[in-house]
Amino acid sequence: MTKNLRVKSSKLIDETYKISFKFNGRTYYGYKGDTLASALLANDIHLVGRSFKYHRPRGIMTAGSEEPNGIVQLHKNTSRTEPNVRATEIEIYEGLEASSQNCWPSVNFDIGGINNFFSPILPAGFYYKTFMWPSSFWEKYEYFIRKSAGLGKSPTEPDPDIYEHKYIHCDVLIIGAGISGIIAAKTAAKNGYKTLLVDEKPYLGGSTIYQNSEHFKINNQISSSWLEKEINEIKKIKNLEIKIRTSVAAYHGYNFLLARENLTDHIPLEQRNNKIRHRLLKIRAKKVITATGSLERPLIFDNNDRPGILLSSAIEKYANFYGVACGEKNILLTNNDSAYEAAISLYQKGINIEAIIDNREEIDSKLIKETEKNNIKVYKGYTVVDTSGYKRINKVSIMQLSKDGQKVVGPKISISCDCLGVSGGWTPAVHLFTQSGGKLKFRDEDQVFIPNIYPSDQISIGSCNGDFTLDEILSTVPKTLKEFLNLKKTDYEDLEIKSSFNKSKRNIWLLPSDKIIGKTKPFVDYQNDATAKDIKLALREGFRSIEHVKRYTTTGMGTDQGKLGNMHALGIISETAGSKMGELGTTTFRPPYTPLTFGTIVGRNVGEYFDVFRKTPIHEWHVENKAEFENVGQWKRAWYYPKNGENMHDAVQRESKAARDSAGILDASTLGKIDIQGTDASEFLNRVYTNAWSKLAIGKCRYGLMLNEDGMVYDDGVTTRLGENHYIMTTTTGGAATVLGKLEDYLQTEWPELDVYLTSVTDHYATVSVCGPNSKKIVSQVIPDLDFSDENFPHMSFKNTKIGKIKCRVMRISFTGEHSYEINIQSNYGKSVWEKCMEIGKEFNITPYGTETMHLLRAEKGFIIVGQDTDATMTPIDLQMDWIVSKKKYDFIGKRSLYRSDTIREDRKQLVGLLTENPDEVLEEGAQIVADIKKSPVEMLGHVTSSYYSPNLKKSIALGVLKGGKNMMGKKLIIPMENKQINVTVADPVFLDKENKKLNA
Amino acid sequence: MFVINCPYCGEREQSEFKAGGEAHIVRPKQPTELSDDQWAEYLFMRKNIKGIQFERWVHTHGCRKWFNVVRDTSNDLIKAVYKMGEKPPTK
Amino acid sequence: MKNKYSLFSLVKNAFSYHENWEKAWKDPEPKKEYEAIIIGGGGHGLATAYYLAKKHNMKNIAVVEKGWIGGGNTGRNTTIIRSNYLWDASAGLYDHALKIWEGLSQELNYNVMFSQRGVMNLAHNLQDVRDLKRRTHANRLNGIDAVYLNTNEVKKFCPIINTSPDIRYPVLGGTLQRRAGTARHDAVAWGYARGADEMGVDIIQNCEVKGIKRNGDSVEGIETTKGFIKTKKIGVVAAGHSSVVANMAGLRLPLESKPLQALVSEPVKPIIDTVVMSNAVHAYVSQSDKGELVIGAGTDDYVSYSQKGSHDIVEGTLNAILELYPIFSRMRMLRQWGGIVDICPDASPIISKTSIKGLYFNCGWGTGGFKATPGSGDLFAHTIANDEPHKLNAAFNINRFTSGDLVDEHGAAAVAH
Repeated sequence: MTKNLRVKSSKLIDETYKISFKFNGRTYYGYKGDTLASALLANDIHLVGRSFKYHRPRGIMTAGSEEPNGIVQLHKNTSRTEPNVRATEIEIYEGLEASSQNCWPSVNFDIGGINNFFSPILPAGFYYKTFMWPSSFWEKYEYFIRKSAGLGKSPTEPDPDIYEHKYIHCDVLIIGAGISGIIAAKTAAKNGYKTLLVDEKPYLGGSTIYQNSEHFKINNQISSSWLEKEINEIKKIKNLEIKIRTSVAAYHGYNFLLARENLTDHIPLEQRNNKIRHRLLKIRAKKVITATGSLERPLIFDNNDRPGILLSSAIEKYANFYGVACGEKNILLTNNDSAYEAAISLYQKGINIEAIIDNREEIDSKLIKETEKNNIKVYKGYTVVDTSGYKRINKVSIMQLSKDGQKVVGPKISISCDCLGVSGGWTPAVHLFTQSGGKLKFRDEDQVFIPNIYPSDQISIGSCNGDFTLDEILSTVPKTLKEFLNLKKTDYEDLEIKSSFNKSKRNIWLLPSDKIIGKTKPFVDYQNDATAKDIKLALREGFRSIEHVKRYTTTGMGTDQGKLGNMHALGIISETAGSKMGELGTTTFRPPYTPLTFGTIVGRNVGEYFDVFRKTPIHEWHVENKAEFENVGQWKRAWYYPKNGENMHDAVQRESKAARDSAGILDASTLGKIDIQGTDASEFLNRVYTNAWSKLAIGKCRYGLMLNEDGMVYDDGVTTRLGENHYIMTTTTGGAATVLGKLEDYLQTEWPELDVYLTSVTDHYATVSVCGPNSKKIVSQVIPDLDFSDENFPHMSFKNTKIGKIKCRVMRISFTGEHSYEINIQSNYGKSVWEKCMEIGKEFNITPYGTETMHLLRAEKGFIIVGQDTDATMTPIDLQMDWIVSKKKYDFIGKRSLYRSDTIREDRKQLVGLLTENPDEVLEEGAQIVADIKKSPVEMLGHVTSSYYSPNLKKSIALGVLKGGKNMMGKKLIIPMENKQINVTVADPVFLDKENKKLNA
Repeated sequence: MFVINCPYCGEREQSEFKAGGEAHIVRPKQPTELSDDQWAEYLFMRKNIKGIQFERWVHTHGCRKWFNVVRDTSNDLIKAVYKMGEKPPTK
Repeated sequence: MKNKYSLFSLVKNAFSYHENWEKAWKDPEPKKEYEAIIIGGGGHGLATAYYLAKKHNMKNIAVVEKGWIGGGNTGRNTTIIRSNYLWDASAGLYDHALKIWEGLSQELNYNVMFSQRGVMNLAHNLQDVRDLKRRTHANRLNGIDAVYLNTNEVKKFCPIINTSPDIRYPVLGGTLQRRAGTARHDAVAWGYARGADEMGVDIIQNCEVKGIKRNGDSVEGIETTKGFIKTKKIGVVAAGHSSVVANMAGLRLPLESKPLQALVSEPVKPIIDTVVMSNAVHAYVSQSDKGELVIGAGTDDYVSYSQKGSHDIVEGTLNAILELYPIFSRMRMLRQWGGIVDICPDASPIISKTSIKGLYFNCGWGTGGFKATPGSGDLFAHTIANDEPHKLNAAFNINRFTSGDLVDEHGAAAVAH
């Protein structure tokens, strides 16, 4: 039977709205407004999961995003499953299904619990010291280690949810809508700042909103009532945007912040379809006000991890906010006044408190007096030394602290209980501040790190700035805001504050025990099972820095990133090593503040939106004609056009043959096109290409090779002189953008004196390339008005002309070695020109071919493809293209590098042709070339860069780069494959029509 | 992510820009007269400063202009921007 | 002899509640003079000191570290180890390292958890296929285990990869090196430190080098925050800060230091048991023994020592991760961090003498230095001890930038991890 631990109803929970949910397969009920944690506690369930290393039973410890133990798997075995979800954050909805993690077969009986028994031989770093024998066995040990680690389970199906991004620019961003954040929001917004207020919780008001004590009043109203009115007011302010369920994950430089707005995680699954799950807000704020509050510290003592042990503030919140008692026999352990706030609240709700154990001895506190008035036993100067109860705490043992707090003295007293609240004081939530690059300082009085040096226009206010009490907040925050926002006054100048909190604290990082520490388990990191003795062991072994200790013990590396225990780890290090806290530094708080879903970070950029894809104006035709496509850069290029079930080889053979025998047609629109104009255009080309350009006649085309400054081939293409001061350059498809960038760079930074203008026109023109012996017949019919005679229109020249009324440029240039024309026309006419060519070409069996055939045809002619036959280690000389390197020009990009001691070597790798002994055997591109296969190690002389079966030559041909290849013509070499060796002969890289007869045919 | 004040367009997100390395490395006017060592110095050797660095950026997704930035590489704070050809700020 | 680490010693120490473990390394104050000083207490520097002491009998040496050992890139990388490099020089270097990795835990008596779970590199376009095949052939002839896989074999080896032909950049194939894998990064630094310390090497932490004292063309010692320390040999292994140290000696290096970011997810039960790298879409992922997905992002394009990179880089990487592994959409990023990587123009390291006598540099590892740690230390120790390079690092001299004889690994891995 489960108990119902609901106490007096809370106005923050809607008890008229009952919600059913499942935990570990059993159905329970909660109310609208509950988190999974509060609903479980209301059903008297504390045991939620098992710890990482020792598989100890663990329960809910907190009521917020700092939760280390109350983490569950949601909706297991479904596409919406999610591991490691904090029960304290997830709001329940009808149909919620949660299950325990890291336990088998069940959370109540977990085989892995045996690890706890072995814990004496599993201290921090134990795996560095063992599993080394036998030497090859690590992977086998690792298999089991991995299986027992890991907490929840990864989803195994694609995510049905959608995510999106939103950019927000604001004057003031306020993080955290507690009392400080609310005051800041009202002050900023009322003074004309465009303000954004965000809070991770589903409600505004932070912890003050459920504060109901007579001891904390503002203008004679209970603080929660006062704050409620403020909240109602700010909701009406126009230039204030408020976002709840919005958690700031990262605070980067230049006030750039990322926040996750959670939109559907709190509604039933069936209502989530087609809704955006999370929105990632990319916020650029002129000013940032951090009001992230503070986190209550636990206390470190033996067996401080049992289910039923919670932060005292969490017990208070469960009672006040959710109307839930965490236990029927509660004990509080504290070193400061906070636990008394909790005690008074619990008492008012009728929740039984057995005792309060206070580390402090004599304190003059109104809260304590009231507590004692209510007949609650307070043990002053005592501490808990041990607890018992395997799956739920059932008893604490307490002893008196010595004067110096280093030992416990006197008799041991046992008190039975079912819930223990601990309060070790408060830690400012400075995570975002330090992420932004802020520097902290240590405040000795109450042992806290607070913001010190701000790296950008920002401020921290309220308890995240170390102002914990109501009176401190209300006296400091308005002053800070006035200065930060340049205001004359705020609405909060003359408030009358009542705050009964006594700030004294007896800070003992590791509470003493009657046992030697080796026999205790005082947990510092509750999720990763790192104890105080692990920290001390690390120090003993020479790990002195906090980063070393953290890594050696895994303290602070769980899903909570040590929000609870990191300060204690530092404290224990400082005490043990005798160093000062302030000098020790902290570990780096790394983003995100709370874990951020990958899908949220990625937003809409999934599936087809992963990367834009560029298609040519003729793309649809290729699709309709069943082309297969190849990705080239961002472009989709037609690769080949299989007919009647052809495979790629057959299609390419057919296409290649047709192009040589009659006519082929290629969509060349993807080639980069740069329009170059200006009186110095020729000089500019002289400097960027290896060859000379000044003498190129208007109307003529020339092939150019572009180098990097290191002398290596960078790009190539044909450039045409359209006019005296006007050229159009073509680049490789993949290189278009970088070539333009490089040209602009030189023009603007090295040669600003040149009068040259560059414009990318790649997308402005479609390019239809028609080649083959019948190309002239076809193109001359497409453009009947143009004189296609060789005299008027020779190879490597261009004409301005018209197709119908549409202007176009026709180049007679060739990448196939065939007589061929490239028609460049305004993009939107591309498809109709293509179709016209197809129609007219029908009688010549015009055959569309793709990139694969293009590659084959050019290889027959020995034309290189930059990036395939070159790899950024090839000079033009290496390519046997000495003819293109002007000897006369004084300088061009990369020239000097061609004359370095290594680049002038004769035995560099050089481009050659390769013919196989068996003409039917096609080499594998990428295969290596060797001379002597028996030599050890084998000397690799080069590799095959391009290889095809040529239907026109009826044999296999290949290009390759070969060490000293220039002088190896006719030499027999070996291509060693995995299972055979292929004999090849070095050949001229031009396999077909060396005399260029076809070009002019 | 920085906000960069393009001297032509004003403040824009860093993602609109590309970095172009150390500034004020002038391409030698007469490369052929340099030794291999001197050429390597121009080509590859960099100050790679930790602290105040003068560097080049280009507004790729904007005006496509190159300009210079003075930035503290130890904390990424930008101290100044100036156009190509302008004298670097001395303070 | 220190306590030997073993299961037996763990059990034995359990009886004394682990009170009697010795320090893994001492924390000495610097002596006045050393035979050699290594600047930089990362994995490479500690390994260098270890091998100097062990193989070259140089025991009066020190490692000086500005912060804490292993706190730089050693503790910030994604721990990938492989040797399937294209060029002979690189293959020789990295496979030398891989062979040491295979026995390193036993050699150091410190479990560095070298896990040979295989590294797979994916091809997403036809040029990728050519490049990976070229590399596989070269690897095979260099005696490095590497095989080419077609798409089905990729899927079989790692079933959670989305190998649908309909994705934006479909997986066309891949290579697999089975001997490759991952190791526990911190353990490498700690293991070498412990080993070096045992042989008498002084590991001096929180000691920042402020200057290098030269006498003409030779070094005389270093100025540090703990005073002047005399020495005739200085090995600089300062990774991202190499140029800063070089400037102290009046040298310029062909390096740029750039931010490199990485991230881990929350831990989950085993879901991917190999390392998968994809340069084309830029995503690589493995799973740590703790269960976190370990994901490497790319470098930013600007020089920075801030140890922070831009969010766009992280976002781009996760875009690619979800393209290849749509099932990870609901996984959550737990931690994200940045390091400073020193990158050479040819994406290969420098392990070299310099124009100054007694000054040696080991730098330029870019994004992929972790895997080389043992080999790099061994070869750098050889170079320092003999004042000349070992044949395996001869190609990685600093003069290659003058001669043009670069070891261009850009082609092999635009991002070489």
